[in-house]
Amino acid sequence: MNRHEPLIHIAKRDSIAWWQAWLVRLGAVVLALLTSALFIYALTRLNPVKVYGAMWEGAFGTPRRAWITARDTSILLCIGVGLAPAFMMRFWNVGAEGQVLMGGCATAAVLIYCGRSLSTPALLGLGLAASLMAGALWGIVPAVFKAKWNTNETLFTLMMNYIAIQLTCFFVTKWENPKGSNTVGIINQKTQAGWFPDLAGQQYLLNVIIVLTVTVCMFLYLKYTKQGYEISVVGQSENTARYAGISVRRVIVRTMAISGAVCGLSGFIAVAGASHTVSTSTAGGRGFTAIIVAWMSKFNTFVMILIALLLVFLEKGAIQIASQFHLNDYASNVVEGIILFFLLGSEFFIQYSVRFRSRRSEKEAEA
Amino acid sequence: MKKLASLLLALSLVLSLGVCALADEGGIAPEDLKIGMVCIGDNNSGYDIAHITGLETAMEAVGVPMENVTYKYNIGEDETAADACYDLAESGCQIIFTDSYGHQSYTQQVASEYPDIQFCAMTGDQAALAGLDNLSNAFNHTFESRYVSGVVAGMKLAELIDNYELLDENYDDEGNVKIGYVGAFNFAEVVSGYTAFYLGIRSVVENVHMDVRYTNSWYDPIGEGEAANALMADGCVIIGQHADSTGAPSAVQAAYENGQTVYCVGYNIDMQSVAPDTALTSAGNDWSKFYTFALQCMIDGEDIPHDWSAGYSEGANFIFDLNEAVVPEGTAEKVEEVEAAIADGSLQVFDCSTFTVEGEHPTSFLAIDLDGDFVGDEGEAIRDGVFYESDPELRSAPYFSLRIDGITELG
Repeated sequence: MNRHEPLIHIAKRDSIAWWQAWLVRLGAVVLALLTSALFIYALTRLNPVKVYGAMWEGAFGTPRRAWITARDTSILLCIGVGLAPAFMMRFWNVGAEGQVLMGGCATAAVLIYCGRSLSTPALLGLGLAASLMAGALWGIVPAVFKAKWNTNETLFTLMMNYIAIQLTCFFVTKWENPKGSNTVGIINQKTQAGWFPDLAGQQYLLNVIIVLTVTVCMFLYLKYTKQGYEISVVGQSENTARYAGISVRRVIVRTMAISGAVCGLSGFIAVAGASHTVSTSTAGGRGFTAIIVAWMSKFNTFVMILIALLLVFLEKGAIQIASQFHLNDYASNVVEGIILFFLLGSEFFIQYSVRFRSRRSEKEAEA
Repeated sequence: MKKLASLLLALSLVLSLGVCALADEGGIAPEDLKIGMVCIGDNNSGYDIAHITGLETAMEAVGVPMENVTYKYNIGEDETAADACYDLAESGCQIIFTDSYGHQSYTQQVASEYPDIQFCAMTGDQAALAGLDNLSNAFNHTFESRYVSGVVAGMKLAELIDNYELLDENYDDEGNVKIGYVGAFNFAEVVSGYTAFYLGIRSVVENVHMDVRYTNSWYDPIGEGEAANALMADGCVIIGQHADSTGAPSAVQAAYENGQTVYCVGYNIDMQSVAPDTALTSAGNDWSKFYTFALQCMIDGEDIPHDWSAGYSEGANFIFDLNEAVVPEGTAEKVEEVEAAIADGSLQVFDCSTFTVEGEHPTSFLAIDLDGDFVGDEGEAIRDGVFYESDPELRSAPYFSLRIDGITELG
């Protein structure tokens, strides 16, 4: 029998202590930063430490920048939180982009059509309800098809995005202001009707509070409620779920309604709480970025905060280094790519242990 | 005691007047002038390059050091435009430019919160209506360079006619030579441009008819190429454009290489690199004139008017190099003559006696649309038989939206 042992031996870990896992991730970040530093220096001859310093400045350098980072993090986080229940059910909802847009359009419609007749609290209440329903509808449609005819949800939700994008373009043309500008402009710019109010003098504090509340609630919902348990059972095995007497169809539709509604809520926050306009950039690809947020955090909504913050930090840093060092977008995209590559790659080392053939075992083999 | 009190009162009055006067005349030394510039793209986009070079030429002209400008690149037409403006305002910029039309409402929002900082929403149209002293719009007289580029096309057309190079399919039923135009949107900016181009051609060749096709996008290489192909299939001999890509000139060059007689006129970029045998010239804008004016106002402590607009008379417009191998002899001289006439005002592009709307020479046009219904509500633009486009007294952004006889919009 050939007892030759391979040079590298990879084995699935039974378990890993939480601190070890975080140590691996921290190591990945450090390695990523070192690699990016090499890249930055090799291409631009700039001092990488200064570039990182500039990125930090861009994200947190002034109170306003910090609040903008918080605002964008909370929207990305909210979408990620919306995706969590669907993903936990192993339902690949890649339709967040469309669900956000529909929520945004519904909010904009309320602000535009009722802006003169209703008070701001009423507008916000109505906008919230409308965006939840619009997002939920965009989630329920593919869920019903999946539950009834077992259609492929990845393709279906993806297609729903394109419908939502086209609908948004249609509404932009319908609501454009001034006419001919191809943009909706700032809705209710003079009256600020239906805008999120300032809390404690901070424009975006309400956004953050809402999203943190949703984050905590979703964590509790998924972890401690019966419905949350049903979601994870359906995700593990539909047959087991059926055997346990869970109505799989009902769980799929219900969960997607929740997932879509939370994504729709992000659209509400983006329109009423941040941009006060609507366009396809209301979602602006964040529906897809949020998939990374949800996946990398393994559906733990608290970890999502960190991931969302990291991604927004990189984005804000990118704008700053473009303006400070005249490095264009592509340079910072590479840095972002390197960091994500290392972070995703580190999961491998958490799942698997890698052992090199030791000298002793080599000697044993020879003997 | 009374005397002392009145003396004090008088003194305080004089002092406060003096302080006021100081504040009013508060010009900023060039080396202290901090500038912010919000760009919709970066140095990969021709549109942004035109603005960035314009600003940097101006800074050099008035002596502002290059490190005094902060650029914000790739800023979309959404709340990030406001973020960028706020950030520049907080970092101490005294004048902030935004280069895209869609930035305007965000620029306005920030301008209302920082009354001491000057904001310029380039190509915008709301400054006069916004009621803010620190918000301006600027737009060059693009229609003037369009007219001149039309004259170049007209010269070429006249040569083709004289040499019997046109076919029956190049004429319509009424004996007019067919020309085509690829436009982005059916906005006044585009209407004003194609009308000027058409009038430029017609100043040389009288019997021309122009068809306009819209792409509904500022930048769509494929769509612009398709629109050009459709126009050429219909027999158009000259293709003009108001869209930002090289789609139309490339299509024209391909058709030419297949044996069709067709030439094109570009916009904003020299098209000779993609259409060496067919591009006659391109209409251009020189933004440095406005930027120089704005920076000089800041240095002198003077107000920048709500609307700034200028053309050949200020050197703010030009056409790109003529394609010497293609344009007929005498074109350069003719161009020089027309440019000089536009600059000194003896030639008006929109002289109402040269065109008709539904058979009549227009006598009245209200430029300013207050309620957003595409119909003007105030601001008479026609005076003494001349339609004054981009009149700074009215608005710098184009408002010529008359559909004149001889041009058909095909949608």
